Amino acid sequence: MNPLQFLTDAHVAIVAGKGGVGKTTVTAVLARAAADQGLRVLVVELDGKPTLATLVGAGVQCLALTPPAALAEYLQTHGLGRVAKRLATSGVIEVVATAAPGIDDIVVLGKIKQVEQSRSYDLILVDGPAAGHAITFLMAPANLLKLVRGGPIRSQAAEVAEMLADPARSQVILVTLPETTPVNEVVETAHALKDDAGLRLGPVVVNAYDEGEDLQLDLAPSGSALHAAAEFRNARRELHRRETQRLTDTLQLAQVRLPLLASSVLDKASVAELAAGLGVQS
Amino acid sequence: MTELDAMMSTADVVVCCGSGGVGKTTTAAALGLQAARDGRRCVVVTIDPAKRLADALGVPGGLTNDPIRLPIDSPGELWALMLDTATTFDGLVTANAADPDQATRILTNSFYRNIAGSLGGTQEYMAAERLLALHLDDRFDLVIVDTPPTRNALDFLDAPRTLARFIDHPVFKLMMMPTRRGLRVLSIVAQPLLRSIGRVIGTEVLADAVAFFQAFDGMQTGFRNRADEVIDLLHGNTTAFVLVASPRVDTIEEARFFARRLTEKGLGVAAIIVNRATPDFGEPEGRRPRSAPKVALFDNQAELHTRSVAEHQYVAPLVADTDRLPTWVPLLPGDVHDLDGLDQIRALLFTGSAPAGASQ
Repeated sequence: MNPLQFLTDAHVAIVAGKGGVGKTTVTAVLARAAADQGLRVLVVELDGKPTLATLVGAGVQCLALTPPAALAEYLQTHGLGRVAKRLATSGVIEVVATAAPGIDDIVVLGKIKQVEQSRSYDLILVDGPAAGHAITFLMAPANLLKLVRGGPIRSQAAEVAEMLADPARSQVILVTLPETTPVNEVVETAHALKDDAGLRLGPVVVNAYDEGEDLQLDLAPSGSALHAAAEFRNARRELHRRETQRLTDTLQLAQVRLPLLASSVLDKASVAELAAGLGVQS
Repeated sequence: MTELDAMMSTADVVVCCGSGGVGKTTTAAALGLQAARDGRRCVVVTIDPAKRLADALGVPGGLTNDPIRLPIDSPGELWALMLDTATTFDGLVTANAADPDQATRILTNSFYRNIAGSLGGTQEYMAAERLLALHLDDRFDLVIVDTPPTRNALDFLDAPRTLARFIDHPVFKLMMMPTRRGLRVLSIVAQPLLRSIGRVIGTEVLADAVAFFQAFDGMQTGFRNRADEVIDLLHGNTTAFVLVASPRVDTIEEARFFARRLTEKGLGVAAIIVNRATPDFGEPEGRRPRSAPKVALFDNQAELHTRSVAEHQYVAPLVADTDRLPTWVPLLPGDVHDLDGLDQIRALLFTGSAPAGASQ
């Protein structure tokens, strides 16, 4: 079975995880792996930092989306161009966003939906919002539908909610580290997204997994630096095995592991290396 | 005495800044533990901590918006609370309202509930507001605050002005007109600009917004004065900013960005803490063995050393920018899940047992 099968399960994959777990790394690696399989791939960045473009390598398109730009474009394409101009010049976008919370998330998701509908790509990978706002972001359409009774934003929210709820159109790929707190957090997020929001969850990506056999401590004199270093490494690997196992036991989701790299500097070469490794995992 | 020791002995307010996932909350709690050992009455304000931290602090039921005193044995006291943005905002409204009726009209307005829950910067604003309230509270002589895990965590510094700016906005002035001219909500919603907004978000939502601003009228001055007090406190010389980072290129870049912003605002960085450092056991001695199991041990020590040296290189630009010597906390075999674990972090922070690579 192709270990990368999951990449074609849905056209839109939203990569989500708490700060510091390596969401951008995972997005880049998945995009690279998908492009290497011959898929037409688009990566979408939401945080305004164009890091992905420097990581994914050839054959992957990048799109940077920001809420104000997405809102302006939305109004433009919905025959509200004059309103858009007015809102932009008077700086009222913030007011609009406050009056109807989640509106900025919805226009961003709406833009993603529009790209999805264009059928220009086989896979749209979204580097989800920073700092663990994934739940708020993904539940914004459903929440707005409860609040707003009419108007164009409501219909936009309804269309986006439909895309998110359709397992053939979108899935969420959660990212975590094989450590206690990140595993606890990913389990909570998974329940919220699946049970409360009804979204399809793809595999959980376990990033920076320190794989390898335990080192034989008895080969080094106890009290030596060699011994202490081996002890440290074994303890880390033991933690990674234990936490990954706990993740398996707690969540009925497939797992994809990205190995801990020798260097913590992420570049095109390391992304390509991780992507190549992904394809041969069993 | 390290920069961290110096900061702890002089500061009344300590603000921990850093990007998500660098151990900011744990660091804030460990600093609080040290303060209590030093005999101070310290309160730690956390924002959305993992439940595990509440466990680590010995608070089985979890933290609340009101400070809870922690069961520790030390000359001072350690209290902790978890910021509830909406409750704090409600308190601010109640305190500034002319009468209970005005407070009720605001607190029950759905536009207000949206602001309290989701206006960009509200969480940061309330963290700053809470910091001032606790600073003025006689029960405490040190407040340690963990900044929200937003992309731009230093919005915290501008946050008190967010609402003031919001209130001064021409659109809101327009929305508040009815009270001045005796107009009704419906006629104000008919204004061309507002009507445009209404076409996008729906007229009911807009009417709620207008009703909110009508109810809010008269409270602007109180809010603005309070915001100025918060800003004065943040700029005061007994407020110290600690940068928390991990030794990775991206988190160091974020930390440098925070450092620049703090410097621009004339605040400066009091101390730097680098968490999750790879421990350095030095270069392996002797020649690389040939046999399979032994070479693995040799290579392991060599790799950890290489990693540690690289990590110090990543941190070097931050050190150069800030002229501060970081306190390093090594990566531990597991998470902190009890007070003993937290005390271990405290000891690592304050006994200066930096990894050997720190000298390179």
